Amino acid sequence: MVGIIGYGSYVPRYRIKAEEIAHQWGKNAETIKRGLLLQQKTVPGLDEDTITISVAAAKNALKRAGINPKEIGALYIGSESHPYAVKPSGTVVGEALGIVPDFHTSDFEFACKAGTEAMFVSYSLVKAGVVKYAMGIGADTSQGAPNDALEFSASAGGSAFIFGKENILAELLFTHSFTTDTPDFWRREGAFYPHHGGRFTGDPAYFKHVQSAAKAILKKSGYLPSDFTYAVFHMPNGKFPLRVGKKLGFTNEQMKPGWVVNLMGNTYSGSSPTGFSATLDIAKPGDLILLVSFGSGAGSDAFVFKVTEKINEVRDKAEKVREMLADNPIYLDYGQYAKFREKIIMNE
Amino acid sequence: MPSPRYHREIPQRYRLEAEKCKKCGKILFPPRLICPECGSKNFEKVILPENGKIITFTIIRVAPQQFEAEVPYAIAIVELENGVKITTQVVDCKPEDLEIGNSVKLVFRKIQEEGKTGIICYGYKAVLV
Repeated sequence: MVGIIGYGSYVPRYRIKAEEIAHQWGKNAETIKRGLLLQQKTVPGLDEDTITISVAAAKNALKRAGINPKEIGALYIGSESHPYAVKPSGTVVGEALGIVPDFHTSDFEFACKAGTEAMFVSYSLVKAGVVKYAMGIGADTSQGAPNDALEFSASAGGSAFIFGKENILAELLFTHSFTTDTPDFWRREGAFYPHHGGRFTGDPAYFKHVQSAAKAILKKSGYLPSDFTYAVFHMPNGKFPLRVGKKLGFTNEQMKPGWVVNLMGNTYSGSSPTGFSATLDIAKPGDLILLVSFGSGAGSDAFVFKVTEKINEVRDKAEKVREMLADNPIYLDYGQYAKFREKIIMNE
Repeated sequence: MPSPRYHREIPQRYRLEAEKCKKCGKILFPPRLICPECGSKNFEKVILPENGKIITFTIIRVAPQQFEAEVPYAIAIVELENGVKITTQVVDCKPEDLEIGNSVKLVFRKIQEEGKTGIICYGYKAVLV
């Protein structure tokens, strides 16, 4: 039996409301909020990046796992905002957590699904018996160009998952990955902001890949949508995950606990992992959870988890996602936001 | 900060590794070669607790160049749960939120960058709890 032995998330305290961004660019906030189902998004502090978010999420995962960090044999971090172009985030995170030096690490990048890639590889290494424990992290300080639809969603946060064979809180029963060459969203080397294909990001990209991965894992597992207590789909905005879930036969009630996007925005590599973390925060032993990520470019990773009795023992050992979302947020105006996200050109 | 010095200080800055004198029990942070209390050179490694309280603080309004974007920001002396006092920035708060005696927790944050092309230096800062 292989599964998650510890999980944890991190949500920055800074927020910007959809009204503030809409006001800046002369857009109608109500239309945006109704169209994208987004109220606000998280913003990283000036001293926060993928590395600091990963460390904070991983510390919460270690609290729940209760293991010696030295026993972690592999650490993978998925992000599209690694602070260095050359120098792995995993080296810094491994040092900060005390995992160094006897471990394997690598940084992953696959748009919004790099986090579930890290989870998939961590699970596989533990299953193969190569390492005792492996940690997969999805974290981002996402970039959205000014006055682009992405500016209302691109946010910051992340989640970490430690895989092992003993003291499992959620057994990983099935996985399936679905990948094609689909140029729906990209960022070239050296470019500051990503580009996307507008409506092309919908049907041929998000919906095709999420539906295909979900249908394949349902077939592989033999489960029906009604067998699952909860389902989490990647959240590029509020609307897409609810729509794809409905198409697949899931209800809003199944998706509600993991649907954090309206308060948090799209944390890219941390998006569906944080929705999954919020779902584990309220899950009960025996619950089946479907997790399907999506990364532009494009691909989806699907997972079927079964929650165990262990969840009741470890759940309260670290702060929960909804608690962090509610915990005394600091709201920024657009000028402060532009400074925080380094959108202002300064003299060197 | 020069890369070699930053690298040498990683254990204390990332993991709060301190040294406890085996002879008199004094905890030294940052670590030293000789105990200032008893002159002993025998130490054992200890990890400092992450929780503490603000003993005193000041607000920086005119900052060194690499911290100019952060003003106004707070620098505090924090007494950790084991009595060790450290100097650290307090972040994710407004200056008017701070009071002597506030409970804080140490977190891992970016301290400074060596320009846009140099190394990024990480370490501990405090947040209110």
